[in-house]
Amino acid sequence: MNNSRIELSDNFDGEIATLNLGPTHPATHGIFQNVLKVDGEKILSSEPTIGYIHRAFEKIAEHRAYYQITTLTDRLNYCSSPINNIGYTMAVEKLARIQVPKKVDYMRIILMEMARIADHIICDSVIGVDTGALTGFTYIWQWREKIYDMYEEVAGARLTTNMGRIGGFDRDFSPRFHELIRAFIKEFPAAFEEFNSLLERNRIFMDRCIGAGPISPEKALAYGFTGPNLRATGVDYDVRIAHPYSSYEDFDFTVPVGINGDTYDRFTVRQEEIRQSFQLMKNAYENLPEGKTHANVPDFFLPPKHEVYSKMEQLIYQFKIIMGEVPMPKGEVYFPVEGGNGELGFYIQSDGGRSPYRLHFRRPCFIYYQAYPEMIKGSVLSDAILTMSSMNVIAGELDA
Amino acid sequence: MPNHEEVLNELKAQFGDKIQNSKLDIDTLIVDVESGDAVYDILNYLKTNSALKLDFLTTLCGLHFPNQTGEELGVMYQVKNLISGYSLRLKSYFPISNPKIKSVTSLFPSANWMERQEYDFYGIEFEGHPDLRRILNEDDMDYFPMRKEYRLEDATRDDKEDKYFGR
Repeated sequence: MNNSRIELSDNFDGEIATLNLGPTHPATHGIFQNVLKVDGEKILSSEPTIGYIHRAFEKIAEHRAYYQITTLTDRLNYCSSPINNIGYTMAVEKLARIQVPKKVDYMRIILMEMARIADHIICDSVIGVDTGALTGFTYIWQWREKIYDMYEEVAGARLTTNMGRIGGFDRDFSPRFHELIRAFIKEFPAAFEEFNSLLERNRIFMDRCIGAGPISPEKALAYGFTGPNLRATGVDYDVRIAHPYSSYEDFDFTVPVGINGDTYDRFTVRQEEIRQSFQLMKNAYENLPEGKTHANVPDFFLPPKHEVYSKMEQLIYQFKIIMGEVPMPKGEVYFPVEGGNGELGFYIQSDGGRSPYRLHFRRPCFIYYQAYPEMIKGSVLSDAILTMSSMNVIAGELDA
Repeated sequence: MPNHEEVLNELKAQFGDKIQNSKLDIDTLIVDVESGDAVYDILNYLKTNSALKLDFLTTLCGLHFPNQTGEELGVMYQVKNLISGYSLRLKSYFPISNPKIKSVTSLFPSANWMERQEYDFYGIEFEGHPDLRRILNEDDMDYFPMRKEYRLEDATRDDKEDKYFGR
């Protein structure tokens, strides 16, 4: 955080002015401050300040049992919490060498792709809002709500889901979930294509977005871009393909790429990813295997409640798990997943204790947001707003 | 994808005793290197080597081990080749009384904020960094909160013993 740099330009009667965009500006969708030097409407330089919602997650994680950290990961990219939750549990599983059943893998794919759809819906509809097209946003938003209804059936929460357990899920999908997902699979494509037709080939929208906030693939890689923002520049790096996890290798899907790396390409790449995610989710759901919904790991998986009340062994396990006194091998692991915004990595260093010795989150937003001043230099203010919303910078992930 | 042994042998041939230690943990080769300029030189070599081309800095983070006298603080770097998918992890440790290491910002522009973050939380001074100041915490903070001696709980409380509640 740095507030000392806010200064008024000394030549007010001249042509260069200092403009404070944020920290709370309705158009930035989150708490971001940028001190801009502007010449009329043209941006000469910008100085971002971050840290307004820093919550010290890495420090807190060093004091918590492994299963208690999932709730912290919710609050990173809160637009796609299940990806963060499941990514973290998979990182712990890799550290503890836990093999999960195929059914868990498929359930995870369903939920993670659902989260990606919700994340991209938010980003793409908000690009529409920032160009002045509110209609698409108001219609497509209800589908995000339907996805949240399904989260609720699985985890009991909508936004900060705390979904899944180390080793799988605490229970199978409920009958109500099956009803909701069947309806979703049936009705979503038509609604989505309707939303898409409002924007994708809309002349006004295209004129606004094409050429706004472009970045070259070389620059994007140097700045550590990943995810849709990198793919919009034409680099086809996707963690799901490069290092398949959770049985993604069983499915066939396409990784869309853009050409120019501008706002329009970021929009279209996300739109196509929604289609691909929908197919992935549908395929995983239709091929959902039978079987257990968790690995056979009594050290992490809570025993059934009625047995806890009547059996000694189960009571002991319940107590040990809740207190976090479970065996964890020494060692270190880095596990990446394809988050809504790019490679979301979890680096865990374990000394065998009840909590991680060190937990580091590789947060894609934090890494690529540093390219923002360069991307908006020389453009006009309204393009800077568009660039930020199309990069999908999420304050929670930026600050951790 | 190159195999771990070849990579290690090549690094040893090129840098000799600057490579202090190495181990294979699960699926990643972890190489401990000397502090000072060694990390920069090795990362530069890995980036420009035409066979390896580890030119994408995945992440870097600070580490603190209060019991390792003389090398309490450290930095972990993870570099990667996006095409082959090969990742390598480098670590370098240095004393807490002189927490200095050469910045890799000139090799990887993405390291700029990552290094600022580790300066902010561990007080690691990255030499040659263009703009080393705090990033997430307030400027007038006079301590480095991720160091192990800074307790998460209010230090004046004595009703919670660390033995039972975390570290």
